[in-house]
Amino acid sequence: MPENIDIPNKLRDLLDAFASMADRSERIATLIELADEFAPAPALIAKPPYPDSALAPYCESQAYVFAHDEADGTLKFYFAVENPQGVSAKAMAVIIDQTMSKAPLDQVLAVNTDVIYEIFGSELSMGKSAGLMGMMQLVHTLAKERLARLARAIGSEESVL
Amino acid sequence: MSEANTQTEPNAIESREYIHPEVLVTTEWVADHLDDPAVRIVESNEDPLLYSAGHIPGAVEVDWTRDLNDPLIRDYLDADHFASLMARIGVTKDTTVVFYGDKNNWWACYAFWVFRLFGHTNARVMDGGSVKWAHESRPTSREIPVYSTTSYEAPPRNDSADRAFRDEVLTHIKANKQLVDVRSPEEYSGERMHMPDYPNEGALRGGHIPGARSIPWSRAIHPDSGVFKNAADLKQIYLQENSLNPDKPVIAYCRIGERSSHTWFVLKFLLGFSNIKNYDGSWTEWGNLVGAPIEK
Repeated sequence: MPENIDIPNKLRDLLDAFASMADRSERIATLIELADEFAPAPALIAKPPYPDSALAPYCESQAYVFAHDEADGTLKFYFAVENPQGVSAKAMAVIIDQTMSKAPLDQVLAVNTDVIYEIFGSELSMGKSAGLMGMMQLVHTLAKERLARLARAIGSEESVL
Repeated sequence: MSEANTQTEPNAIESREYIHPEVLVTTEWVADHLDDPAVRIVESNEDPLLYSAGHIPGAVEVDWTRDLNDPLIRDYLDADHFASLMARIGVTKDTTVVFYGDKNNWWACYAFWVFRLFGHTNARVMDGGSVKWAHESRPTSREIPVYSTTSYEAPPRNDSADRAFRDEVLTHIKANKQLVDVRSPEEYSGERMHMPDYPNEGALRGGHIPGARSIPWSRAIHPDSGVFKNAADLKQIYLQENSLNPDKPVIAYCRIGERSSHTWFVLKFLLGFSNIKNYDGSWTEWGNLVGAPIEK
């Protein structure tokens, strides 16, 4: 990812940390520590059965992505992972939450889906990488929808004035 | 497959009337052999995090990309690298290697198949894989075991008995010999060029190799438990419904050879097919081959 793209600072820090890792085992240990922090979306945000619209495309782990509108115009991301073996999906969920929740939405949209290779390494299978990219795609969709709602709100305020 | 839901889970492996029941072990058998120095438990997964997140105590990991494939050429490791792998995981020629993993043992069967190319036939697959082990609340560990390095002399890889290449497949179909496409029905028909929930892996054409019967890999297992169906049910699928002759050559293929190694295992060992090969080039090769015949 080019240095000049403005992605959330917390994500940049995390990517720098992954880039500095000497070996695969260190990366895996870090990802598992992150996966261990995973907590599913609270019932206030979403309850099973979760809607198909929240299901990350291509994700075998059945990862669902939700977002809550924050007052400052940002989003707080929440997740559910139905497959108990979905360790990678859980790690990705925690990373998205910790680095993109409450970040400026234009910065969230600046995150390329290829970021998964910087996080998980280049050895990901096609199926696994597609699922993790699917989670990022859904994050992008939610960010775009939030920006559209904000634009409409500003438009209606201006029409009143 | 909905049909499997109506069938009861099979009982003990010995009662399922497989031709070679010795290639399968139960989770209980594995639990009883965790400390057996003559047994090496090997986890092989698609997800590179699963092993480190918790594995059968004492199990080692064999990664399908890093450990079994050549990093440069699309091929498997050579004898020197296989010997190094075996030395690293503490296996001798006398060690019984037991494979298990995610995805209903796709990668376990794949590793089992690659090990066989090097003549390591003292190998088993744990029926039901890691999902069954977890469902039974059996113990897992994050401790990476360390075993004494062994000295393993590996013979040159012998692909002739169990592996098919594209030219052999071409000859095979021209002779109207038996071919099994184990992908999803949508991939077989050409409606999609990848399995459901997977992206297209670059195949330029959709469909199947002419003459191939569509028998998705998943028909061989009970979907809830992941264990293999008994021989009578497997015969019904492969012999009665699809008219495969176990005494004549068969080639199985999928997308990259992982699902078809599962079917290869079923046909060769559980049903005793005399000549079954896995075409690991599979659709990612055939669907891109200039001039290769395709049916839809």
